[in-house]
Amino acid sequence: MKLSTFKIGGVHPSGSKLSADQPIKVMPIPDTVYIPAAQHIGKPADIIVQKGDKVKVGQLIAKSSGFVSANIHSSVSGTVTAVGPVPDPSGIAKMGVTIKVEGDEWMEDIDRSETLDTNVDRFSDKEIIDRVTAAGIVGMGGATFPAHVKFTVPLEKKAEALLINGVECEPYLTADHRVMLEKSEQLMVGVKLIMKAVKTEKAFIGIEANKPDAIEKLTELSHKYAGIKVVPLALKYPQGSEKHLIKAIMNKEVPSGKLPIDVGAVVSNAGTAVAVYEAVMKNKPLIERVVTVTGNSVKNPSNFLARIGTPVRLLIEAAGGLPEDTGKVISGGPMMGKAATNTDFPVAKGTSGVLIMPEELAHRREPEPCIRCGKCVDACPMGLEPYLLSVYSRKKMWDECEEHYIYDCIECGCCVYSCPAARPLLDYMRLGKSTVMGIIRSRKK
Amino acid sequence: MSNLLTISPSPHFKDKPTTKSLMFGVLTALIPTFLVSLYSFGIGALVTTLVSVGSCVLFEWLITKYMLKQQPHIADGSAILTGVLLAFNLPSNISPFIVMFGALIAIGIAKMCFGGLGCNLFNPALVARVFLLISFPVQMTSWPKPIESRLNYLDAVTGATPMAAIKAGDLSICENANFLDMFVGTIGGSLGEVSAIALILGGIYMIARKIITWHIPVSIIATVALFTTLGWLSSEGYVFGRKIEVIANLFESGIHPLYHILGGGLLLGAIFMATDYVTSPMSATGKIIFGVGIGLLTIIIRLWGNYPEGMSFAILLMNAVVPLINKKFQPARFGAPKTK
Ligand code: SF4
Ligand code: SF4
Repeated sequence: MKLSTFKIGGVHPSGSKLSADQPIKVMPIPDTVYIPAAQHIGKPADIIVQKGDKVKVGQLIAKSSGFVSANIHSSVSGTVTAVGPVPDPSGIAKMGVTIKVEGDEWMEDIDRSETLDTNVDRFSDKEIIDRVTAAGIVGMGGATFPAHVKFTVPLEKKAEALLINGVECEPYLTADHRVMLEKSEQLMVGVKLIMKAVKTEKAFIGIEANKPDAIEKLTELSHKYAGIKVVPLALKYPQGSEKHLIKAIMNKEVPSGKLPIDVGAVVSNAGTAVAVYEAVMKNKPLIERVVTVTGNSVKNPSNFLARIGTPVRLLIEAAGGLPEDTGKVISGGPMMGKAATNTDFPVAKGTSGVLIMPEELAHRREPEPCIRCGKCVDACPMGLEPYLLSVYSRKKMWDECEEHYIYDCIECGCCVYSCPAARPLLDYMRLGKSTVMGIIRSRKK
Repeated sequence: MSNLLTISPSPHFKDKPTTKSLMFGVLTALIPTFLVSLYSFGIGALVTTLVSVGSCVLFEWLITKYMLKQQPHIADGSAILTGVLLAFNLPSNISPFIVMFGALIAIGIAKMCFGGLGCNLFNPALVARVFLLISFPVQMTSWPKPIESRLNYLDAVTGATPMAAIKAGDLSICENANFLDMFVGTIGGSLGEVSAIALILGGIYMIARKIITWHIPVSIIATVALFTTLGWLSSEGYVFGRKIEVIANLFESGIHPLYHILGGGLLLGAIFMATDYVTSPMSATGKIIFGVGIGLLTIIIRLWGNYPEGMSFAILLMNAVVPLINKKFQPARFGAPKTK
């Protein structure tokens, strides 16, 4: 069978899924957690606890501050020791709540039983969205867009299909893979709930062919759940990008500047669907997530279920400690993840993985002159001309940047990945993109 | 330890090929061709190649270091490649001084004057070749006979190439057709153009290793094949059961299409010269337009022009159009609005 995928561009980095066969391990609760107030795209949540307050697991500690924002709950029980800066991968401390752990006492209304609850009909679409909003669920693939915003389909639009992103196209990461294998039933019910919330009868779960076990298990299960279909996809990065997943599964192109819903698609990550299940059926807010800790020199690459706010350092220790030759620690995957200045930063809702790279791979190569080989053009999944745009951007030729659609760039990094001359293409793309977007916005005013 | 971590914007992962590995990849693909030229032309092939590579590298080094006052990048292999390609476009019995002069033109004028690697508009080796062809017409068109003059260098016995013979109106070479010789490389011609099989092998290697894409070579060869076949068939009489008068009149001589494809440096040009990164278009569509253009120009020059082989001119002419092609034929854009 020919596997579907998107057509334009894309690259094939080696998978390096070192931790694919490692079952999810529950991380012990740390002594102290650091919970940032901004774990999502949009406005940071307003912190509603004070120093000295006693909190329980699942208690609201920061309130959503607008439509595009999300609630934040305590992931542990204990005493708030500080409301103020908490460590951040960037090295610049951000606003948050520090909680000293005492015991493990949960809010009474959270159902902690393991029994599977498939009774989706108990809830109306509105109730589902309300519960998702209350639970503070965000896109868990790394984009961290508040889930309730996505699930609220505007009145004039209609969702034709729900796409579940089980692609995990970033090399090394295996968190979604393990979740799909170990929480398959919960995932299916979660998908059903989202289908109901966005009012569609159809759902497709897109999984890349390098996860045959997940494809098999979910395909078998999907026969029990009407309307859900598993779609195996050919390996290609960046298939996990919303636009490219829609192209691969529905063969529709989201027009430039438009949203998935404009072509009738709602996209959600596999891990998010499981969180939706827990939030709606079990009343459990988003207080923990699966994080892959991996890297070629890491002793035991693993998948951990960690409470939000757990310092990443503890996860690395649990995976065998920081290797001798460490040069770079990345929050996320190697293509789009962020390099961290420290290992004290906490696990947040969007922390899909921690990748540790050895010193010899930590540095960029010295850029050489562009040899106009066109590899960046062939690789760009948006059909842009990175070699040209990066020059325009460097020379501050913003009009030319706009004429060549710099605002379409999804910052996937395929161009840099494939450039033999090691040109810093994406750095200039980002600069040009943000400047041009600013110009376009100011024009509308 | 936290201050020891490196940070940089994403991506943190890179594909293996580097400028250097690509250049050496092309050089590797040229090895079979070089071996055949050693077999056919012996000492002359060796000396010409060494002189050409040596002087290209030397000039590049001197110019970057003393005129541009920059750190020379000889190790990237691009000067070596230009040297090899220049040698492969010359007859093996040519004076080393002419070769050095050619190297100076290629590196000094065609490459460095435009700003060095990546900035030149025209293929350096071809600029040098055409320059030499115009400056030294006699030396550039006396081709040593293969095999028999292997041990001679400047005093090699010379003979005609298939293309030159046809141009001179000598069709006998077509009658006792020996495609096998053209295929293997035991015919007269420039160093690197004689063996079709070695060139094709190199091309397949480069496509397989993703050094080049198929678009340019295939579109050039297909264009030439299509038009020369049409011409051949209709000069013999009929195409699709009808005689196409116009075409028959244009191609008055019945030259077998294989001569056009195997001879006159067409394969060397299509596989190694036209595919030069710097001087070819970026997008797939652009590459095909570029290839078709080269194919057409080559036939026009060969059949109605003054030079027996039009490849070099055709490529240079199309090089000049590349900026325009890049502008007109942008890559297919994701999510482009359906109607403009
Ligand atoms: S980062 Fe932007 S320019 Fe580069 S390949 Fe991705 S979409 Fe294209
Ligand atoms: S991949 Fe790099 S060297 Fe090749 S055209 Fe793009 S920027 Fe230039």
